[in-house]
Amino acid sequence: MVKVLFFARLRQQLGTGELSLGDFSGSLGDLRQALCAQYPDWSVHLQRDDIRMALNQELAEPEAVVNAGDEVAFFPPVTGG
Amino acid sequence: MPGMKSHFSRRLLAVRGVGMKAVDRIEVCEEPLNVAAEYTALQGNSGDGACALFVGSVRDFNAGSDVCGLALEHYPGMTEKSLQRITRDARDRWSLGRVTIVHRVGPMQINDEIVFVGVTSPHRQAAFAACQYIMDRLKTEAPFWKREAVADQTGSAAERWVEARDSDAAELEKWSAG
Repeated sequence: MVKVLFFARLRQQLGTGELSLGDFSGSLGDLRQALCAQYPDWSVHLQRDDIRMALNQELAEPEAVVNAGDEVAFFPPVTGG
Repeated sequence: MPGMKSHFSRRLLAVRGVGMKAVDRIEVCEEPLNVAAEYTALQGNSGDGACALFVGSVRDFNAGSDVCGLALEHYPGMTEKSLQRITRDARDRWSLGRVTIVHRVGPMQINDEIVFVGVTSPHRQAAFAACQYIMDRLKTEAPFWKREAVADQTGSAAERWVEARDSDAAELEKWSAG
């Protein structure tokens, strides 16, 4: 099981802040592809160049390997401070 | 394992006893910031001669619109980790005493303080530089997102997510050269 989180504008665009993937194995990039295949409407939002990805609460690249029990997050560029 | 725990506590006290000044305070809170209290706690026991502060507040105007209010969303867990990493990296670069980062989340109003960053050091150069470095990193990597309430042309309120600025990324680049 992999926990997937979405934040801010992306959370609103997708209409959900959290979901679980039962039997996933592959990279972070693969996980994004799998979500877009499952929810075709999400592609336009999730595939944007500026969307950041985190693996276990650290910023990560598409090549990062996702394991069972991991927490993955997608979000737009940050605007704190 | 009560024996191990007390051993650990004694070690922690010993470490703090030797380096009383090297204390980090990192907090994400929904309550209004108390800048005076944060400064007192930061500088009061540091023993350092220099203290640099940055306080960021909610603006009443942004991107061509009057702003009526602001809400901040964050990624609990990752936010704290991110601020801890930034603080650790600042300590690797400069000799610092105390470091405080307090960031507010949730709904807030114009002029409310959003973020407090304070750094003490024996020398002002390190305090100034570290304070700026922490803010530059926070702006580009700590997972916070601002949502503004703005008045539209008819005077009714609308909401919009604040866009990230390229200039913030440019500010960060100067630290990689050093």
